Amino acid sequence: MDEVRQAFAQALALLVERDARLLEIIGLSLEVSLSAVLIAALIGLPLGALLALQRFPGRKVAIVALNVMMGLPPVVVGLVVYLLVSRAGPLGVLGLLFTPAAMIAAQVVLVVPIVASLARQVIESLWEEYRETFRSLAVPPVMALAALLWDARFALVTALLAGFGRAIAEVGAVMIVGGNIDHVTRVMTTAIALEVSKGNLSLALALGLVLIGLSLAINIAAYGAKELGEARRGG
Amino acid sequence: MSGVGDILPLELAGVSLTRGGKRVLKDLDLTLSAEPSRTLIIGPNGAGKSLLLKVAHGLVTPERGTVRWHGAGAGAARRAQAMVFQRPTLLRRSARANLAFALRARGVGGAERERRIDEILNRTGLARLAHAPARALSFGEQQRLALARALVLRPAVLFLDEPTANLDPAAGHLVEELINRACGEGIKVVMTCHDLNQVRRLADEVIFLHRGRIKERAPAEQFFAGPENDLARAFLAGEPLWWRRRSIYDGIEEG
Repeated sequence: MDEVRQAFAQALALLVERDARLLEIIGLSLEVSLSAVLIAALIGLPLGALLALQRFPGRKVAIVALNVMMGLPPVVVGLVVYLLVSRAGPLGVLGLLFTPAAMIAAQVVLVVPIVASLARQVIESLWEEYRETFRSLAVPPVMALAALLWDARFALVTALLAGFGRAIAEVGAVMIVGGNIDHVTRVMTTAIALEVSKGNLSLALALGLVLIGLSLAINIAAYGAKELGEARRGG
Repeated sequence: MSGVGDILPLELAGVSLTRGGKRVLKDLDLTLSAEPSRTLIIGPNGAGKSLLLKVAHGLVTPERGTVRWHGAGAGAARRAQAMVFQRPTLLRRSARANLAFALRARGVGGAERERRIDEILNRTGLARLAHAPARALSFGEQQRLALARALVLRPAVLFLDEPTANLDPAAGHLVEELINRACGEGIKVVMTCHDLNQVRRLADEVIFLHRGRIKERAPAEQFFAGPENDLARAFLAGEPLWWRRRSIYDGIEEG
């Protein structure tokens, strides 16, 4: 028990002192996951809108596939990306293995299904509501799409936050394709796994606290976006 | 102001429509002339009133029959019409932005757009609510905003699907005034309604629709003096005659 209490005290000390090693790991984590969410948004939002608004063969298969991919174990995604970017793989020449770029790529694969799937649901139900009125007003297609995205903006932000939550918290994918190399590819989750196995509980706990804090902040932000959205449209 | 004559008369010929395995419009012919007037479509629930409006407006394509606007292609015809639905669908933005959106869709911009928005806000009594979120307005205000959004487009033909169905008397009265004024300005109004007193107040012409067919069409005075059709007479008297007749004629008339 004493050991745990001691670890806690040291963890808090690391946070208060803004330990350089701690900050480096947090910084890389945010850099990787925020980049992944940004790229996933550029892919996932248009993909979600396409699935919501267009009827084409294979649409239902694509929707089911996205839903399945939402629950993919990160280690499996990591393994697949590893095979692609490893030296013998099809993208081996790029030399991406064990770099932050590979970690971002793996997290993009994890986040795109979440963003696309949630965006599809949101845009589809909004379109259901607006369609008749838009047809009556003879709204041009591009203007209709812009209006749907704008009016769904709060719900879409929530989808991006959900994607960020998954990216920042996963261990498996970044561990496999990043390799957890100190100063290069070590992020919060992989650092925790390593430090616990080494018996260095204080750094692990400090990082754990930061992750909990981030998770809390994401949820508050998501709740705030929802509240703001409802206030704007009157519940 | 676009003249009514630009796209009218509207001609529906042999229009049939099925919904959920039931024929809801049956081989229906209807011509709406070019003179500005208020045509009220009445009839019991499920008679096909709303669908008739949607077919005429071009939102629903009939399985058989034609809908023809004169002197205009489909695009131009659509832009010369507007419709207010039973339940207003407003965008998740301010009242003013809802009006601006409709005008932008028609390519109206700049000072002209602002001028028209100000004018319609004043006319519909919504000026003080211009910056309120449209979805936060009361139901009556939302319905008025939907009517304002239709009127600001200055349509030649205005379709109204029970625009006062859920409004209190004062709000309903205001909507009636707006409809009368629109008609006075040369807009052809085609409207469904359940409130016979309102029909008496508004109608120039009455169309009685029953189970997907036009049973009677007459000038309002003549219709209220005594409809020729027995179903229409029963409807005016508030009698449930058509239920009896349905059981007798079931399968024959519909065949």
